Amino acid sequence: MLQHLLNHYYETVSIVLFGIGFTMLLLNRNMIKKIMGLNIMDTAVYLFLAAKGYITGRVAPIIAEGLEGKESFINPVPSGLVLTGIVVSVSVTALMLSLTIRLYRRYHTLDIDEIAMLAKKEDL
Amino acid sequence: MDLIQNFPFITILLCLAGGVLSSVLSAKKARRFCFFLLGVVGVLSAFTFYDALMRKEPYVYYMGHFPAPWGNEIRIGILESFMAVFFCVIMLLSLAGGLYKIIEEVEETKQNLYWTMISLLMSSMLALIYTNDLFTAYVFVEINTIAAAGLIMIRNNGHSIVAATKYMIMSLVGSGMLLLSISLLYDLTGHLLMSNMKTEIATIAKTGEYQVPLTVIIALICVGIAIKSALFPFHTWLPEAYGYSTAASSAILSSLVSKSYIFLLLKVFYRVIGMEVITAHGTNYILFCFAIAGMMMGSFNAIKEHDMRRMVAYSSIAQIGYIYMGIGFGSQAGMIAAVFHILSHAASKALLFITTAGLSSVSGDSKEFRDLKGAGIRNKMAGIGFCVGAFSMVGIPMFAGFISKVYFAEAAFTASPIQMGIGMAALAISTILNAVYFMRAVILLYTPSNKRERDAKFQNQISFHSSVSLFISLNFILGFGSYYIIRMIEQGLSRFA
Amino acid sequence: MSKKNEKYESTLWYRLKYWVNGEEEDGIVEKETDKYEAHLKRVSVEDRVYRAFSEIPNDGEEERAHYEELRKELLELSKRYETWPEKRGVKIFNRIYQVAAVILCVFIIGILLVTVSYLPEFGNKDNPSNNEVSERYIEKGLEETGATNIVTGMILDYRAFDTLGESHVLFIGACAVLILLRVDQVKKENTTKEEIEEANTEEIYEKDEDTILKKVAFFLVPTIMLFGIYVILNGHLSPGGGFSGGAIIGAGLILYLNAFGYKKIQRFFTYKTFSRISIVSLLCYACTKGYSFYTGANHLESIVPLGTPGAILSGGFILLLNICVGMVVACTMYAFYTLFRKGGM
Repeated sequence: MLQHLLNHYYETVSIVLFGIGFTMLLLNRNMIKKIMGLNIMDTAVYLFLAAKGYITGRVAPIIAEGLEGKESFINPVPSGLVLTGIVVSVSVTALMLSLTIRLYRRYHTLDIDEIAMLAKKEDL
Repeated sequence: MDLIQNFPFITILLCLAGGVLSSVLSAKKARRFCFFLLGVVGVLSAFTFYDALMRKEPYVYYMGHFPAPWGNEIRIGILESFMAVFFCVIMLLSLAGGLYKIIEEVEETKQNLYWTMISLLMSSMLALIYTNDLFTAYVFVEINTIAAAGLIMIRNNGHSIVAATKYMIMSLVGSGMLLLSISLLYDLTGHLLMSNMKTEIATIAKTGEYQVPLTVIIALICVGIAIKSALFPFHTWLPEAYGYSTAASSAILSSLVSKSYIFLLLKVFYRVIGMEVITAHGTNYILFCFAIAGMMMGSFNAIKEHDMRRMVAYSSIAQIGYIYMGIGFGSQAGMIAAVFHILSHAASKALLFITTAGLSSVSGDSKEFRDLKGAGIRNKMAGIGFCVGAFSMVGIPMFAGFISKVYFAEAAFTASPIQMGIGMAALAISTILNAVYFMRAVILLYTPSNKRERDAKFQNQISFHSSVSLFISLNFILGFGSYYIIRMIEQGLSRFA
Repeated sequence: MSKKNEKYESTLWYRLKYWVNGEEEDGIVEKETDKYEAHLKRVSVEDRVYRAFSEIPNDGEEERAHYEELRKELLELSKRYETWPEKRGVKIFNRIYQVAAVILCVFIIGILLVTVSYLPEFGNKDNPSNNEVSERYIEKGLEETGATNIVTGMILDYRAFDTLGESHVLFIGACAVLILLRVDQVKKENTTKEEIEEANTEEIYEKDEDTILKKVAFFLVPTIMLFGIYVILNGHLSPGGGFSGGAIIGAGLILYLNAFGYKKIQRFFTYKTFSRISIVSLLCYACTKGYSFYTGANHLESIVPLGTPGAILSGGFILLLNICVGMVVACTMYAFYTLFRKGGM
């Protein structure tokens, strides 16, 4: 198994990154760090996808002189998916950051637990 | 190809373009435009439903010039088109019922963005219902998530922003898992289209080559969707999100958004992985366990609650548990019961949220039980509506919820003896628990109190009254016409795969 | 006559009534939750007092002493009411949560690593994902879409529905940020405190007269813009396309804003420009795609010719779509920046 993991080092690294992002998301109470965790998680998936599209010895699928036929190009599908995924993650990150800005303006802290406590107090 | 077959695609595109347009209109114009748009979409979907009923066999519609494995496509069958019509109706009724609250609670300069969110949410739900491509489903899941967060936070007070943050964090974990599972699936099958994936997965399951990755994929998809639809251990975002957003938003979130994810899960089970593989992996047993836990914990939390709106929100967790229990039986009968419960829960829970808002607006805008005493006498329409919704959720005969409970009980007999025992016991206990907290609320609403504040502006809320009465009749339609609806669901499900 | 129950308040019936009524009776039976809420109320009072305390000017000796007393009283109160969950519970819960989270994460990483070791081999051309789908994209992509860049051809023609959704994700993200951060300038007649504050913040942001930045930007901004336009227009021929080109143009706009300030950029780019450009582009996108979906599904011929491969004007709708996407992305990037910075354009 270890040998296999070393052969698949792109995927292995992306999974480790995914785990790091996930851990950051769960363990950190700071909103900004949570957002960073989310981004690392997303990026790990894109790395994974990009690695999945690669074929040894072939180039990116842009037709040019001397490069023709299916033997010379990598799989274009994962590249397209990554492109879509990146745009999604940009808008999600912007939304999360603006939520954080609003929360910070209101509660003067970035700690999500503290914010929840303060929000509870507001009722009374 | 008939003109009518173009309608599903036109509805999706109309909602997308309408959402973009309403972001520049003024609040009033955007509101009228959105209602008009939803009306048009509802009518077109009704035509599609009629057409699908006549055709019986589902058909695919190319999104572009290229056939199946190369281009995108959508697939229209009886169940899909029925869901589209139903979602549209519930959306319109919830918006009408919560309209005065939206005008009151959302800043006027930002109301047009509320209608933008509604249109885009509708388009994403339609796309999730119709799509036959897993990656398209992922993109529209993201639109759905952001739109739902927008609906929560547009009330713009501290609570709703905290709720939206929690919702976003949880559902982004879900999206991440979904995306990872889609890329793993693509790696194993080489397709993104659901039907092609299924044939590839069938061969994989036969040869047993990629057993471990397949199991992990199923787990990731289930957890991802369970987070988004608030199945029990992942429900922590739910009470706040439903409790602090404006009434129409909570009605839409609980009755439509979580249901569209469950519908996607059904699609994945039937069309991507195949029910045989799902049952062979024992996925349904695990979902069943979580569902039972959710039914119990949701009800217990609801009993402890002091806040009416949050009580209704916790009851949603229990009801989502019911739906997953139906899926967990792993049989056709269980699925039918689950789909029917999606309908009956959507009709009753939206009604409950709308009427709760109506009740609290005659009690000094408080949602606490102690202030709501006698509110059912002060606002008669809301009181009656709440009672109908509560009776339906408890499962009193004649109402929609009763029928789904009967079908759940019937479905329990098709499962293994242990599952049947647990399922029946859970149904009985949770019915009692439901009765405890809903009857308490009903008794409280009709206990006379010496409070005499009547909200003057509430008297002529035509939209509220008509929406509540339509919701009540929808409940009775589901209760009395269940035979035809169940037949229809059965037909749809048998051709769903 | 029935006996009067002395302990009526602790009977089951009383408690039931109490629960049904949502505690309208004055809390004689003080529950755990009540205590907790009382504590919260006390904390919030303390908070207010503390804030008021910190706002008193230094010379208000008497007031200071008064508040000091109040604070002491409150602190004592708080000690008396401190319940178990606050002393130990929260800490224990946090510790358990952290340990559980670490275990969960390690478990998930482990499972996923095991999964990876079972996956098809890296870089092998016989993997299941390199099947007839990608083959057709590569072999017939140029012929069927007219785009030399196969990835662009794929996302804007073969799988255009995804991309349509994707550009709307960006739009809805911008709308959500607008909801959260836009400062509305409606209350024109009464100049409120906020407006003055806003004007002040603008000054704060723009007080720097950075000559180096201005000089560099003077040369850099046109170059960046040109490069962005090049990337967009050549999206179907070379690496790039609407998204990357739009991001480059957005970066150029942001640099311009930072170097020359709001007043200069508002001569050609305001909120109105933003909304008009993005809406026209998105509607144009939706119409074009609607047309091509409609013709595709009904097996009609599209009227737009594909053109000679390799030329700028080729690839059917792809060039138009790339321009639309590029404008939406550029506007959205700029909008994100300005909204984050001061809540308006």
